[in-house]
Amino acid sequence: MNKGPLLFLGIFFTLALSWTGIVLVNQIQYGRLTPLMDTDTSVAYPQAMAGLARQGQLVYQQLGCVYCHSQQVRRPGFGTDDLRGWGERQSVARDYVQQGRVFLGTMRTGPDLMNVGARPLNADWHFKHLLDPQLTSPGSIMAPFGFLFETRKIIGQPSPKAIQGLPPIYAAVPGYEVVPTHRAEALVAYLMSLKFEFEYPEARPVPTAGGTKK
Amino acid sequence: MSSPDPSSSAAPEPGTPQIAERALLSEIDASTRGPVFLFLVSGILWLLLGTAFALIASIKLHNPAFMGLQEWLTFGNVRTAHLNTVIYGWSTNAAFAVAFWLMARLSRTRLQHVGVLYVAGALWNAGVAIGIAGILRGDSTSVEWLEFPPYATPVLFVAYALVGVWAVVNFRYRQQGHVYVSQWYLLAALFWFPWLYSIAQIMLIFAPARGTVQSLVNWWFAHNVLGLWFTPIGLASIYYFLPKVLGKPIHSYYLSVLGFWSLALFYNWAGVHHLIGGPVPAWVLTAGIVASLMMVIPVVVTGINHHLTMLGSFSQLRTSPTLRFMVFGGVSYTLVSLIGSAMAVRSFNELSHFTHFTVAHAHHGMYAFFTMVMFGAIYYMMPRLVLREWPSAVLISAHFWACAVGITIYVVGLSLGGLIQGWELNATTTSATGEVSLRFPLFLGIVKDVVPYLISRSLAGMLITIGHLAFAVNFGWMLLRPRAAGTSAPTLFHTPSAMQAARRS
Repeated sequence: MNKGPLLFLGIFFTLALSWTGIVLVNQIQYGRLTPLMDTDTSVAYPQAMAGLARQGQLVYQQLGCVYCHSQQVRRPGFGTDDLRGWGERQSVARDYVQQGRVFLGTMRTGPDLMNVGARPLNADWHFKHLLDPQLTSPGSIMAPFGFLFETRKIIGQPSPKAIQGLPPIYAAVPGYEVVPTHRAEALVAYLMSLKFEFEYPEARPVPTAGGTKK
Repeated sequence: MSSPDPSSSAAPEPGTPQIAERALLSEIDASTRGPVFLFLVSGILWLLLGTAFALIASIKLHNPAFMGLQEWLTFGNVRTAHLNTVIYGWSTNAAFAVAFWLMARLSRTRLQHVGVLYVAGALWNAGVAIGIAGILRGDSTSVEWLEFPPYATPVLFVAYALVGVWAVVNFRYRQQGHVYVSQWYLLAALFWFPWLYSIAQIMLIFAPARGTVQSLVNWWFAHNVLGLWFTPIGLASIYYFLPKVLGKPIHSYYLSVLGFWSLALFYNWAGVHHLIGGPVPAWVLTAGIVASLMMVIPVVVTGINHHLTMLGSFSQLRTSPTLRFMVFGGVSYTLVSLIGSAMAVRSFNELSHFTHFTVAHAHHGMYAFFTMVMFGAIYYMMPRLVLREWPSAVLISAHFWACAVGITIYVVGLSLGGLIQGWELNATTTSATGEVSLRFPLFLGIVKDVVPYLISRSLAGMLITIGHLAFAVNFGWMLLRPRAAGTSAPTLFHTPSAMQAARRS
């Protein structure tokens, strides 16, 4: 191999192949996928994210939540995502078309969050869990996000947003309260908005004769 | 190697015709000194910083309260700062340094247009510094391997493009007709990376694609950083240093050709196996799985070629630091690649995906293979650049053993933890009535079962830190101490009496 130009052509075309195959073809195949109009209710799914939830997605991005939490449900029979209650159906490409940045994730140090908004967890639980995961989930290895909250002196009426029922180490000084910052509220709004339950035609492949288990 | 290139196929024999040859090589080496120092010194500083980030991140994962109050050091930030520091700070700087030095030697020409490289080096390191600061202050993009905020990446791209253009220009100054296998890899890597980087930046950050097309672009890029940038540089180094240290040619030229083109053809399709089971078209996953399995060809071919070159010379592992790091890296390359192919098979992927097994695998490739090879290359290059020997064989030995044992504990421990995690996540039981239920329904229970393996990772990380400190001390000492007269024997682990002052090219 002494011919520089020939070497270069080979180097060029090998990468051009996968660039075409993985990037270009898929961009053409489904890069313009649109939400699906539900003819019964005239609502298009997935719905656009509300303002506060959109801000919360940015907090999710800033804090690097994606490194421990995936947002994708695999089909029944491949893994146990359905049995863990992470989603009734598998996630499909259309679920993500309204999200600016897609956080599929590659790690499940913590549970999948694709449908965390559908779980029976209220905002109070989420705030406590973010403040210190040990409050709600003893033994968790999730990072505490105390910096998303402020401890402040109660002036006049206590804030309606103050977190109630904290153990003494968080509410040691009487006359003080722990209040979520705007970022914490946005993040929780985002988490509680994560719910992808609409049944697209492509969301449930026809079960094979042997049942759903592979 | 049946190649006619004498510079790369064999170490020069002592004798008169070799004097001109040696003079030329040291003149070439001298021409690379400035840029190589710039990239090496900054690379090693980034390595130390990246190691500190790594330890903090690792401890946080089994002791989350550790430094838990500082937002800039929250796990998501510090883990990401670690990855980007070691990838773009340490590994890429080291790869640049080794690539320039190899390129000049193999082209048998003094390094041309050195000024371009100084500019590129300054820009690159400024870009990395801005990027790391950006991540720590919360501007990470949270796109894996592309976390640097958009205000840092154009600087990096310009720096890299300068290097790429420089490489092509310098390649055209080459003196000999024959292009050695290491040069194919170097040229390919320097050309591929800017392409990958610019497409990924545009389609993910500046004009994002819609939906999960992003994920495909992401993993096409991220896996190719390893496959088309670090792997070729690592293999180029092994192909150069193995014959150089042993003083005999590479076993087979044709295996080198086959290894190179099969890697070029298959590796760049493999990345999408990170999305198996995910919401992307099934055909592209299948194509990625096929390519991942086809990677067995270049890996086995290259492994055989290197092994047959080593055959009969394994005793030299006792003496040569360069050889020992290179062989550790080469063996790791074969192992990690075969494991990687296995991880792409759907049934094994179901177990290993989403677990710490992947993290162990990434370090197996980036550390046990690439970083160890870079260490080996630096041990060879430095005496020829500063014209004095490594000050301490004990520190080299400490470096090797701390890192080799450390990364072995890391990979074995975390892989085991990952397998347990994957098994517990997936295990089901079927009742008498045929109802399938989870064997480990409590997610927190699985988390707790993996913690001991996360602790083993922190211990391994401490060992690796010790190794890095030994390396940095030796490196700084070598640079700063005055040149001692009369000591020109290479620093080896054990110095056989027969080779006291003979092994310098």
